Amino acid sequence: MDAHLISDAQRRYPDGTAVEARFQIPGPGFSVTVLFGPSGSGKTTVLRLLAGLERADRGSIHFGGTAWSDADRGVHLPPQARDLGFLPQAYHLFPHLSVTANLGYGLVSLTARERTVRIEELLLLLDLKGLEDRRPGELSGGQQQRVALGRALARRPRLLLLDEPLSALDRPSQLRLRKELRELLRTLDIPTVLVTHDRTEALQLGDRLVVMDQGRVCQSGDIQQVFDRPTDPAVARILGVETVVRGRVESVSEGMATVSVGSARILAADPGSLGQQAFLCIRGEDVAVERGCGPSSGTTARNRLPARITALHPEGSLMRISLDCGFPLESLVTRQACLDLHLAEGDQVCAILKAAAVHLIPHD
Amino acid sequence: MDWEAIRLSLWLATLTTVALLILGLPLAYWLAFSRRRWKFLVEAVVAMPLVLPPTVLGFYLLMAMGPRSPLGRAWESLFGSTLPFSFEGLLIASVLYSLPFMIQPLAAAFAAVDRGLIEASWCLGESRLRTFLRVIAPLSWAGILTGLVLSFAHTLGEFGVVLMVGGNLPGRTRTVSIAIYDQVQAMEYAPAARTAALLLGVSFLVLAFTYALRRHQRKPWTLI
Repeated sequence: MDAHLISDAQRRYPDGTAVEARFQIPGPGFSVTVLFGPSGSGKTTVLRLLAGLERADRGSIHFGGTAWSDADRGVHLPPQARDLGFLPQAYHLFPHLSVTANLGYGLVSLTARERTVRIEELLLLLDLKGLEDRRPGELSGGQQQRVALGRALARRPRLLLLDEPLSALDRPSQLRLRKELRELLRTLDIPTVLVTHDRTEALQLGDRLVVMDQGRVCQSGDIQQVFDRPTDPAVARILGVETVVRGRVESVSEGMATVSVGSARILAADPGSLGQQAFLCIRGEDVAVERGCGPSSGTTARNRLPARITALHPEGSLMRISLDCGFPLESLVTRQACLDLHLAEGDQVCAILKAAAVHLIPHD
Repeated sequence: MDWEAIRLSLWLATLTTVALLILGLPLAYWLAFSRRRWKFLVEAVVAMPLVLPPTVLGFYLLMAMGPRSPLGRAWESLFGSTLPFSFEGLLIASVLYSLPFMIQPLAAAFAAVDRGLIEASWCLGESRLRTFLRVIAPLSWAGILTGLVLSFAHTLGEFGVVLMVGGNLPGRTRTVSIAIYDQVQAMEYAPAARTAALLLGVSFLVLAFTYALRRHQRKPWTLI
């Protein structure tokens, strides 16, 4: 990989805790790297290390060949010299300035004319026309979010840092803006590092995933790879136990979507705003296993997939069955049910799941 | 009424306030944002005039300005005059005496500005100085106004330090408060009462104006 941002830095705190920022992102064009993990895992600190708001006391951060930070050589570029766009979680819009002045705040090096043009572009791009003279206190949460994003984008930075960009919004706005945000970032063609603790948001917005826990980077890489092959139980716990696979949307009709995954086709409820690609999330509890895969006589489950058992793992009173049905699928059943059916590795079975239990996340 | 003393007092208060603003902005900024371990020592020194008797402060200032001190000698060789019992000496004394009345409101206001706003400005490429001018100062206007008014009013009303450092030279160091004292000593109660009433009125009006402004400040930036 031709890495554009190479970060291998650490910040230690007096109480003995430490946060490490150890990952790379390709560049310099569009890509979204998601820092993902539970709250308190150090995601925001990593973002602040990248922004130069925190000083690393070990390791280095290189961006596009320039040393932003190098603890051994005493190098620490201040935020002003890093040419980045930072969207803080609480937005931090300047309360005494209008929308226009907030958007144009970082554009002092431009002529008045260029500045006006740039602000006009942003107002159009972010659907903020008519709000030019409002103060941040007179805006809705969604409008504030767009102004803050616009302010971060205004200088056409070389790297965009977004800290939980949608978390301050109500649920409907979140869902709407998720789709818009990825489209926007693609249009702008800027590498982006985004912090979130919401798995759906990570899957919908991200290309690459950096999983963090207790200040440590547990795993990083392509989003599908990380979900497919968590390197250790901590990652699996953070990601959740579901099967997550990428699929191609074949058709959508009457609220139901047909998605092909590997050699299988799966029927799922249409979440709206589906494009060409989507992630399917399936919880192990929702997958039943049957012997024989003939046509069903009487069940409401819409998906019956021929599958082979690749592994059986007891988990307390439950049994985790790893299945191969054209893609890897996990099923969680009681141990007794497993014994009754005499299930063993290599058996040909039928995996059954309701369309309503397949959670689709658009990802284009 | 002693119009000469009134004019002198107003002029002294104005110059003191201006000097304190110039001195106070960087010092208050440092006090608000520095993480030095010995910052508390500077804070204590700045607050000293609040608790020291004016005569004690005046005594030390008189010693420091005297012809045998380095400051006094330097001043004399530069300007050919001595500091004690001069308007310039009085100005220096006033600045020190009113220091906490400027610094404390400023530092409190600066420290109250959301750190996230300052960092947002840095990330948008603005230097620390420009961030101060564009974000911190505008958001601290109430504190700056309070500092200006308190410094002005406090200088207008000072007595002990003036007596120690300035003496009582008409037209040069005799301020309103000294004039009132003189009048009372000379049993001239009528002019003393008029001058005192004037000082009372001015002080009340200035403070009332300030608090009214603060009360009616429109704060569209009280978010969330």
